[in-house]
Amino acid sequence: MNRFGFHINKSRLIDYDTSDRKVRQYITDREPSFRVCFACGGCTATCTAGQHASFNLRRMNTLIRRGEIAPLREEVSRCMLCGKCQLICPRGVNTRNVVALAAEAIMKYDRNEL
Amino acid sequence: MQLEGKKRIWAEYQKDIPDDHFFYVRSCIRQTFFAGSEQVFLKIMRDDLGKDVMEDPRHTTCTGIGYHGDVVPFETISTVVARHFALATEAGYKNIAISCVTSFGIYTEILETWKHFPDLLAKTRDNLFKATGREFDLPESIAHASDIIYKFRDELARKAKYQLYDITTGKPLKVVEHIGCHYAKMFPKHGIGGAEFPHVLVGMIESWGGEVIDYPERRHCCGFGFRQYLIQANRGYSISASRKKFESMEPYKPDMIVANCPGCAMFMDRWQYTIKEIDDVTYGGYKTGIPTLTYEEMAGLVMGYDPWEMGLQFHNVQALPLLRKMGIKADPDKRFLAKDGSRLPEPANLINS
Amino acid sequence: MTVMTKHVIIAGGGVAGIEAAGVLADMGHTVSILEKEGNPGGHVSKWHALFPDRRPAGEVTGYLGKRIENENIRFIAGTSVEKIERHGGGLTVGISGGTTLNADAVIVATGFDLFDARRKEEYGYGIYDNVITSADLEQMFNDDRLLTSDGRVPDRIGFVHCVGSRDEKVCNEHCSKVCCVTAVKQAIEVREKLPGCEVFCFYMDMRMFGPFYEELYRESQEKYNVNYIRGKVSEASGTMKKRVALKVEDTLAGRPLKMEVDLLVLMTGMEMSKSGAKLAEASGFATGINRFLESTDNHYGSNMSKMKGVFYAGTCTAPMNITDTISHARAAAVEAVKYLSSK
Repeated sequence: MNRFGFHINKSRLIDYDTSDRKVRQYITDREPSFRVCFACGGCTATCTAGQHASFNLRRMNTLIRRGEIAPLREEVSRCMLCGKCQLICPRGVNTRNVVALAAEAIMKYDRNEL
Repeated sequence: MQLEGKKRIWAEYQKDIPDDHFFYVRSCIRQTFFAGSEQVFLKIMRDDLGKDVMEDPRHTTCTGIGYHGDVVPFETISTVVARHFALATEAGYKNIAISCVTSFGIYTEILETWKHFPDLLAKTRDNLFKATGREFDLPESIAHASDIIYKFRDELARKAKYQLYDITTGKPLKVVEHIGCHYAKMFPKHGIGGAEFPHVLVGMIESWGGEVIDYPERRHCCGFGFRQYLIQANRGYSISASRKKFESMEPYKPDMIVANCPGCAMFMDRWQYTIKEIDDVTYGGYKTGIPTLTYEEMAGLVMGYDPWEMGLQFHNVQALPLLRKMGIKADPDKRFLAKDGSRLPEPANLINS
Repeated sequence: MTVMTKHVIIAGGGVAGIEAAGVLADMGHTVSILEKEGNPGGHVSKWHALFPDRRPAGEVTGYLGKRIENENIRFIAGTSVEKIERHGGGLTVGISGGTTLNADAVIVATGFDLFDARRKEEYGYGIYDNVITSADLEQMFNDDRLLTSDGRVPDRIGFVHCVGSRDEKVCNEHCSKVCCVTAVKQAIEVREKLPGCEVFCFYMDMRMFGPFYEELYRESQEKYNVNYIRGKVSEASGTMKKRVALKVEDTLAGRPLKMEVDLLVLMTGMEMSKSGAKLAEASGFATGINRFLESTDNHYGSNMSKMKGVFYAGTCTAPMNITDTISHARAAAVEAVKYLSSK
């Protein structure tokens, strides 16, 4: 029973040992170019959706690699698949496919199909 | 783990601690929550070691909590501390023994500031004289009280009546030692052992027969700080820091926690109760909680002082399992008796009661 | 004036010293290489494979060994150069043991020392099991024994970049240049030897400056699935199972990250060698704020010292990879030849 007037803060840590990287594996299996992203942020800079809504492709990709998908469920649906990110990517990541697969993977994860 | 690596670091961070003639300045938190601890320190110093320790009842709080809570400005706290130096000068003492770790941090900070900015020292002298008519000499040395016990730990070990030894298993007690952030993190060279591997409590524990636990969150702050807990709604931050430490030390099954900072000891004791109330989680083997002691209480137990006279019953986590392990006979019924034998009300919700 | 039969002394028998000696000897000069260790080759003789192509280090050591098989070269092991002075028209070189030698020109090629990882207390080198340096790992590759301290096959290995470099706490603000590509190379080697082992590199920046280094970085991600996390590891602690728990911020995610690894590899940087520093001080050679030898000009005088007849070659002037060290040494030799023919 909490009658103290404060709560115990939740940890902000990414605990790599307990996070679940099935979504990352799903995407990488189907889009191997996902591996060569080096998080330069070029995609996010040019992204149409990211200008006015909360959608940060660089951060999303980083979080997926760490197994943190909770922040992404809603965000991933904001991509308009315009492809501007793919035009700039210096490493040649197929970014549109990564987003489409991320959306698919998260949906399957929530249905325990991964 | 390779002990040689730690020993090398401990050898690099040593400091000179005086032998005798200390001017003692007390701690707000230690006096309030650990009523017997400072008495134990004085008893050990005067009776067991035969040292001269003087204290002046006219000394005040160092105002450290206020300073770190942004309520007291630096100029004010410098003047308050200068007044303590004036009291020491008046009594003819050059060595300051400081009970509280935050005070130690503040005295160190002020002396270092005056070293680099002599104009601030001149200003403080001026302020103090105008406010109180007092003048002061800079002390020759400042030491935290745990530094002094550390210096004499082997002598105390020879006089000890008990060891930090679990008589039920025949093995040394597993002790988690916690050092206050203001002891060494601010000025690593002023802490015995430096900032990463402080030795002041390790030395005591090992001299008295215990085994020190090294766990991943050993150097994490207990969360005391000052700003955050002054406001009730912010205490979640403090308690989550202590919880992180408890979760990290729990697999090592520690028999006790000892801290040299009174705030840390208070928090690590109090939060065990709070976590039990909020989340129904208790640490320690068999869910007995982990008794959290000040180093004076640990020294007192080793020297054979009566636990209830030291005030161990006023901790949230009762030390009864620890006393059993050490073979110290202490009657739980005598805990809440006043000096005249009448019964004091017993606190509710103690762990291990 | 003939340029034959001049005596050149070279302080240091590593990559730079041997290459400079080779060039001079091929041109007919008499060369004495003074090396403080028992063997030639310097640090490279301890490495396993070299970036960017991962060729065996033994091939370069072999090349250097052949270089000194020249009748004009005298290789004196177990001797260090302690002082260099001008004397009359030449130079006197004081060596360990108290004797002095005469030379017409001297090339300083005293090389570098690896940063002593014990100085970064928070990483626990020499304190916690399973914290090792990149040099230790290279030795493990040589021994073909990639196991933890208690003999387990590691499941996860972490590499910490910038240990002892870019760090004012240890008075080394400079970047040691080659550690990033070394980490990538070693990461690939680990992934090849132990396909089941996850590899993480914790970096502040990825300094892939040389030819095919960036390509190696890409290959490490694409083919070998090495993970890169941008953030400086703040501390490492031993755990109950003798793994290493580390704290780092995943700066690109903007959150602190915690993980346990079986082996933590510290990429220790390059510092001016201690013996080189003593030589510089005794001889009056200027050193930069990074404590390496300071040449007369950053662009077109990187081999030149202020003392006539003394030239600098290799990593005693700045962190370098082997390719650039060899080029630098050849340039030092050319400067020495120019000087000798003008005497």
